[in-house]
Amino acid sequence: MAFDVPALRKEFPTLQREIDGHRLVYLDSGASSQTPRVVLDAMDRYYSWSRSNVHRGVYQLAEEATDLYEGARAKLATFLDADPRGVVFTKNATEGCNLVAYSWVRRQLGPGDALLTTVMEHHANHVPFTTAANELGFEVRHVPLTDDGQLDLDAARELVADGKVRFLAAVHVSNVLGTINDVAELAGVVREANPDAKVHIDGAQAVPHLPVSFRELDVDFYAITGHKMLGPTGIGALIARPELLESMEPFLTGGDMIRDVTLEGATWNDIPHKFEAGTPMIAEAAGLGAAVDLLTDLGMDAVREHEVDMAAGLLDAVGGIDGVTIHGPSDPALRGAAVSFAVDGVHPHDVGAMLGSKGVCVRVGHHCTKPLMRCLGLTATARASAYVYNDRDDLEPLVDGIEAAKTFFAR
Amino acid sequence: MSLEDMYQEIILDHYRKPLNRAPSLEDEAVAVHHSNPLCGDEMDLRLRVVDDAVDAVVFDGEGCSISQAAASAMTDAVIGRDLKDALDLTEDFRRMMHGDEPARADDLKDGVAFQGVAKFPVRVKCALLGWMALKDAIETYERGASAHTVTHEE
Repeated sequence: MAFDVPALRKEFPTLQREIDGHRLVYLDSGASSQTPRVVLDAMDRYYSWSRSNVHRGVYQLAEEATDLYEGARAKLATFLDADPRGVVFTKNATEGCNLVAYSWVRRQLGPGDALLTTVMEHHANHVPFTTAANELGFEVRHVPLTDDGQLDLDAARELVADGKVRFLAAVHVSNVLGTINDVAELAGVVREANPDAKVHIDGAQAVPHLPVSFRELDVDFYAITGHKMLGPTGIGALIARPELLESMEPFLTGGDMIRDVTLEGATWNDIPHKFEAGTPMIAEAAGLGAAVDLLTDLGMDAVREHEVDMAAGLLDAVGGIDGVTIHGPSDPALRGAAVSFAVDGVHPHDVGAMLGSKGVCVRVGHHCTKPLMRCLGLTATARASAYVYNDRDDLEPLVDGIEAAKTFFAR
Repeated sequence: MSLEDMYQEIILDHYRKPLNRAPSLEDEAVAVHHSNPLCGDEMDLRLRVVDDAVDAVVFDGEGCSISQAAASAMTDAVIGRDLKDALDLTEDFRRMMHGDEPARADDLKDGVAFQGVAKFPVRVKCALLGWMALKDAIETYERGASAHTVTHEE
């Protein structure tokens, strides 16, 4: 492994906690990651040293704040191999998906058109588009799953064959199954049938865990969130082709996103500012910039290598427990380190509560993927999701807790 | 209070051997379906009414130990009670889940064992699911309807 996990763990204040005498084992980074000291420091420095608003300030503090904010944009653009003019800061990935739904899909699609998506979308990448479809009368088609929890690309080819699909909304890495989708290939399938189709990817579970190049993926939109990649809550980004953003109408309007305003109307600022109305999340941008620096230092190839190891460890350890079923790909090379599982005869909520009482944090429920849950015939799962600060020492408390739940709730 | 304290033996007994758990009920007056999206609990509850009293009540569905055990204990506490009295007892249980001392501890029977659940806010909804389904079934009956579906917000 290219980085020292126990040393890295020391940089996260929360991970030093104990719960009822148990070492905190945080296996819920798929929901939100922990925050390292460098991110807290970056936000603290803004508030205690450079606190002021961004843009148009002609004094030193405002210049510093602007540099922090725009510097974070530049860092994120480099990190994702994207043009900084195509990096729009949002509140989270959900807002990025809504921006695309409101400023592109709702203005472009109508009766006779189709939108392709998958059955494994998070509600964030599902509801904005189905709501639009129901209001505007375009059709929504869904790529089904294979038995191993991957997208069925043969079925996708059939779904786009009539050339009506004008938009693809798909998730890069499933938050429930852990599946890493070949979104470039899926985009290729869609564009082969309709070269003008636009492609939007939900990268919330991908960017924290894999090297991602927006240019190489060759998609049109890509939504991310900061709080799953060691950054603070309250900031995310939509990465988009600059020329596409230029052609689009704004999503939210108000201050900062305008070029000129008259009593009768307004003209729009240059991109990406055209899509950032009002005072932005300056401290959060500074924090996200520090998170990007840390991930860059760790190296995303090394992060991925570590997570393949953790995925393999989780699949072996949890999958090896009698009466436990794992949902999603069985090959660690095809998946992230978010592992959903079911314990025979024990409700996920009870599994989660037992683990929680032993300091092991996992997520239980439908994981904001109710259509996927229905597809799998489930109402809920328990999910352990690992990140850079977890190592194989975290597996034993997890396994012990699952065994304890089995014994405690045995009927 | 530890997790093990919340899951008292009395609760685990109801979970392991639920009372009045059945998928159907002869001469049912009302069937209601309640779900709790947060944990994915689903509950079907069927009520038979004779002389404005709970003659029989059964539940079925899927859910965590707390939701299943609480529904089981609920059925035992309300069968034979006047509808109005059953609603009053439901309110007592609801208040207990929000931290009050139960005014009718004896009438709640094994339901009092769930008092500790109030200290685990995310589980309160689980314990209330069966009771809220009962309340809805009685109110649905009083409206003259025979079925109702409710999704509890998170």
